[in-house]
Amino acid sequence: MKLTGIVLGVLCACVAFAAPANAQDDATEKAIEQYRKMLKADPWSNPGLLDADRGEQLWKTPRGPKNVSLEKCDLGKGPGVVDGAFAELPRYFADAKKVLDLEARLLWCMETLQGFDRAELVKNPHPSGGKPVKELGAIATYVAHKSSGMKFAPKLDTPQAKAVVALGEELFNRRSGPFDFSCASCHSTSGQRIRLQGLPHLSDPEEAKKVVGEWPGYRVSSSHVMTMQHRVFDCYWQMRMPRVELGTDATIAIIAYLSKTAEGGEISAPGLKR
Amino acid sequence: MRNILAATALIAAAAISTAAYAQQKLSADDAIKAAFAKAPDDWKDRLMPDETMKHCSAFKNNPPAAIAAQIQKAAKASIKYPDDGKFMGDWKKGEAIAQSGYGMRFTDYPPQRASGGNCYACHQLAPKELSYGTIGPSLLNYGKLKGFKEEAVKAVYERIYNSHATLPCSNMPRLGANGVLTIDQIKDVVALLMSPESPVNK
Ligand code: HEC
Ligand code: HEC
Repeated sequence: MKLTGIVLGVLCACVAFAAPANAQDDATEKAIEQYRKMLKADPWSNPGLLDADRGEQLWKTPRGPKNVSLEKCDLGKGPGVVDGAFAELPRYFADAKKVLDLEARLLWCMETLQGFDRAELVKNPHPSGGKPVKELGAIATYVAHKSSGMKFAPKLDTPQAKAVVALGEELFNRRSGPFDFSCASCHSTSGQRIRLQGLPHLSDPEEAKKVVGEWPGYRVSSSHVMTMQHRVFDCYWQMRMPRVELGTDATIAIIAYLSKTAEGGEISAPGLKR
Repeated sequence: MRNILAATALIAAAAISTAAYAQQKLSADDAIKAAFAKAPDDWKDRLMPDETMKHCSAFKNNPPAAIAAQIQKAAKASIKYPDDGKFMGDWKKGEAIAQSGYGMRFTDYPPQRASGGNCYACHQLAPKELSYGTIGPSLLNYGKLKGFKEEAVKAVYERIYNSHATLPCSNMPRLGANGVLTIDQIKDVVALLMSPESPVNK
């Protein structure tokens, strides 16, 4: 915790400092680098773990109209098994008759086990700027953290799952809207940046392996955790598309495609992001 | 009775198997419609690619020659030219348009001001702006490098209006054809690139 305080101090200083945009960004980059080193020395100084803890409590607490916990939720490795479950997601779930990513599966469990109203859960699922991740996201952070250190091995080899990955790839390359953007407009070449923000080449396995496993991630620029469904929501916002709904077949397919591309990469969630 | 039961069972089985394979058979169009089902009606046209974008998406921006020619032809036909025949406006206004990424995001409504061209997101332009992206080529000294020629001025106008008229399946947004920038705004940006007084050429 002490280390966290020091690093946050450094970051705040550089944000307050009225330097030209690039120097400021440079300083942010350096601070993030320093942050990373400190996390290596002391993994527990990761501020995203506060949300993972909150998520663990939420997972274990009886909630919803049926007043049960999520401890019977089957994330793919059997009811209640959290360790290593995220590493094998997205995957096909026979009960839902669908391929689901982590957040869509949690949605399913909250609806079917706890009796929450799905429409309510997806109405406003992402925090606005500067607000902590919501409950579903905190639980997702907890579950993902329980696969930290493992390698991505999504179960996407059945014909059904392959079709979903293919759909994800098609959506990744689908251009529309007033700016003619697809995900590929910004994420299909190495070393490019928009303004000064680096853009990972997400259809390249080597680059996808490095970054996809860092989600949910702690974003230094907003000092809060952001989930993968929220990341995709935010990129659709930049694409001038309407608000994309959480846990739909389209966002599941995109995340399946990203996860398949990142197969074999190490999970380090919650990761540290700009 | 037995037949009816058997038929019902068959129908039920069919229903289950469509449910099981609904996601697998989902088309990209239907997946997108469902994912944005709550979008306001006047946003729905953003969900569907037009002919040009359909082709560019399908070929990952690398269309075969015949399709490229078709895209280029449609792009050329889409370009509207200034009534007064002048392609250059005010480079100072152009710089502001190049800086601004405002507009058309769902958080930008109701609009507070005109949309920007967001050129710096993707291009280097004036040398003093160090916060520029690299999705497009550097445009530093653009006018100077083109010798400030009149044809080049017109070509830049066309490029900004609809980049596919020059390079089919260009990654650059069709800022004029898609109604992001007005003709007058495009003229201002052309001046930013092509005027000898513009910082881009100093
Ligand atoms: C107009 C540009 C643009 C488009 C189009 C775009 N993104 Fe992004 N994306 C970004 C930027 C910028 C960032 C980095 C944000 C940051 O650093 O705060 C980013 C970050 C990401 C990340 C996190 C990468 C990392 O470093 O961990 C993922 C994953 C991602 N985008 C996926 C997508 C998907 C999927 C789509 C399409 C649905 C998409 N993006 C479309 C600009 C874009
Ligand atoms: C989302 C990214 C993006 C934005 C925004 C963008 N461009 Fe581009 N631009 C590109 C790409 C990619 C190319 C290269 C492909 C091509 O030539 O069409 C390009 C090419 C160009 C060229 C041709 C350069 C040459 O080789 O002669 C000009 C001129 C240009 N852009 C000007 C602009 C201006 C002015 C704006 C803003 C009003 C702008 N662009 C906005 C991505 C972008």
